[in-house]
Amino acid sequence: MNDLSEYKNIWVFIETECGKAKNVGYELLHAAKPLAEKKGCPLVAVVIGKDVEDAAKDAICYGADSAILVDGPEYEYYTTDAFVKALIALVQKYKPETLMIGATTNGRDMGPRVSCHLKTGLTADCTAIDIDEETGNVAWTRPTFGGNLMATIMCPDSRPQMGTVRPGVFKKGACDKNRTGEIIREEIHVAPEEIRTTLVERVNEIVEAVNLSEAEIIVSGGRGVGSAENFKLIEGLAKVLGGTVGCSRAVVDAGWLPYAHQVGQSGKTVAPKLYFAVGISGAIQHLAGISGADTVIAVNKDADAPIFGVADYGIVGDLNEVVPALTEALKARQS
Amino acid sequence: MNICLCVKQVPDTNEIRVDPVTHTLVRKGVPSIVNPFDTYAEEVGVRLKEKSGGRLVVISMGPPQAAAAIKSCLAVGADSGYLISSRAFGGSDTLATSYILSEAIKAVEEKEGLKFDLILCGKQATDGDTAQVGPEIAEHLNLPQVTYALDIVEKNGEIQVKREQDTGYDILSVKLPAVVTVVRLPYEPRYPTLKTRTEARKKEIPVLTEKDIPSIDVSLCGLKGSPTRVKGTYTPVREKKGVKLVGMDAAKAAGELVRLLSDGKLL
Repeated sequence: MNDLSEYKNIWVFIETECGKAKNVGYELLHAAKPLAEKKGCPLVAVVIGKDVEDAAKDAICYGADSAILVDGPEYEYYTTDAFVKALIALVQKYKPETLMIGATTNGRDMGPRVSCHLKTGLTADCTAIDIDEETGNVAWTRPTFGGNLMATIMCPDSRPQMGTVRPGVFKKGACDKNRTGEIIREEIHVAPEEIRTTLVERVNEIVEAVNLSEAEIIVSGGRGVGSAENFKLIEGLAKVLGGTVGCSRAVVDAGWLPYAHQVGQSGKTVAPKLYFAVGISGAIQHLAGISGADTVIAVNKDADAPIFGVADYGIVGDLNEVVPALTEALKARQS
Repeated sequence: MNICLCVKQVPDTNEIRVDPVTHTLVRKGVPSIVNPFDTYAEEVGVRLKEKSGGRLVVISMGPPQAAAAIKSCLAVGADSGYLISSRAFGGSDTLATSYILSEAIKAVEEKEGLKFDLILCGKQATDGDTAQVGPEIAEHLNLPQVTYALDIVEKNGEIQVKREQDTGYDILSVKLPAVVTVVRLPYEPRYPTLKTRTEARKKEIPVLTEKDIPSIDVSLCGLKGSPTRVKGTYTPVREKKGVKLVGMDAAKAAGELVRLLSDGKLL
């Protein structure tokens, strides 16, 4: 058993790609701040990427007390081998007590390899974090059974205690440009032959500027939309709201939209401020992907559809009439 | 290509209900199924095997009744299967589970007299929803990994994996041996025929305990080998008392909704 008292500080991993940080890292800084205050310890941002000094500076503005920066061309695109190697080296050198990672596809790819290598505990896809008053351990809360059951997990005897935290559940704090903090550069390099995967091609299927996991407004259509052609209605509503188009699994299975738009357990987990579910009945697998949404609005012709059970606002009616009317009403409000 | 498929038997989450009085999961009478993500892993595994030859071996860790999950896989194209089962393995978290599976994989290679080129898992199991066991198996075995796979094809002794990313997908090439976790496929998993199902049901599934896995360290299995502890569980309150507009014509309902959203400062 390692000596737990050697492990100090709370770390937040700031995920970057092509030099740009994803929102989730800054969200986690805001979420971790109260925990750092309870523990009376510094909050440290860990930034790995290519040309990411600005991301490290921004991390300070978003609440980190200091940042550790690993910069190199091998980190331009995420690869399991390079990022895992760099993060393990940092943990072994600095010994953080807690390490939080955004539960993105890359975060959930990297996290388990790091925790497994370090023989410590990792709690997946958390939606709440706190300090357990009795033990001082982090209490990680997460959905299981497709969102039917919440479990609170702790890692009492190993360090660092690690968790991946769902994007969008916590909001970013204010960006305070006057905040200052030390940025420590660490030279960790990974030889090309150590990286056992090669990116052959990247295909973007979502044309909207904002991807689903970071979108503040999402308009999703389901089987009830009826056809690929009829998704024009959903796109029209999304456009007037400045939102991103999502869909249920049935829509992807029918070939009406590419998989990148799919929301739910086998698609994206989303946490927008506004989520419109149009012609979506609300299967448990779909609901598992939208539990982080602030406000859910349902349009469905079936008054008993389960989606109404989670909706803050609902219209029972034919979406072919309701959606154009809603688009018009929003346009009228804007002009 | 020799492929090891790791599957888990899970309760059908479509059938799970929350008891409104006790606020606990009602699991009684809920049927067990092969984790749906694992059925995708199997389908792509069977296709790779059909193309390149080799064996597809399925393993599952769980109680004795999990043999049924292995038989389901045998009925749709797996060649053989092993159940990893022991009291010593109970209470394992993802670190201990992945350790046991990685040691079991080595033992199965010995028994089958082959080396696996590819280890396939579902992205996550629909009960625990962690998505951690696959990458942790890869770490224990020091293999490259690709998670969130949408398809796999073989190309010149390597594989190319279509991997989900935020705005679409990446095509990654990876040298074998490797671990891949599958999220879904562009095609549906095949169904068994009456004949293959009957044949699979008759098969004996060998059970591997710690005694059958020579290299395993029992202190790293079960609760002892698990760094995480469940402190408590609760069922989320799902029913919202939302505003439902019923029986209004579309224009009126739309106008009312926009007013409600504006009043709530949601627009």
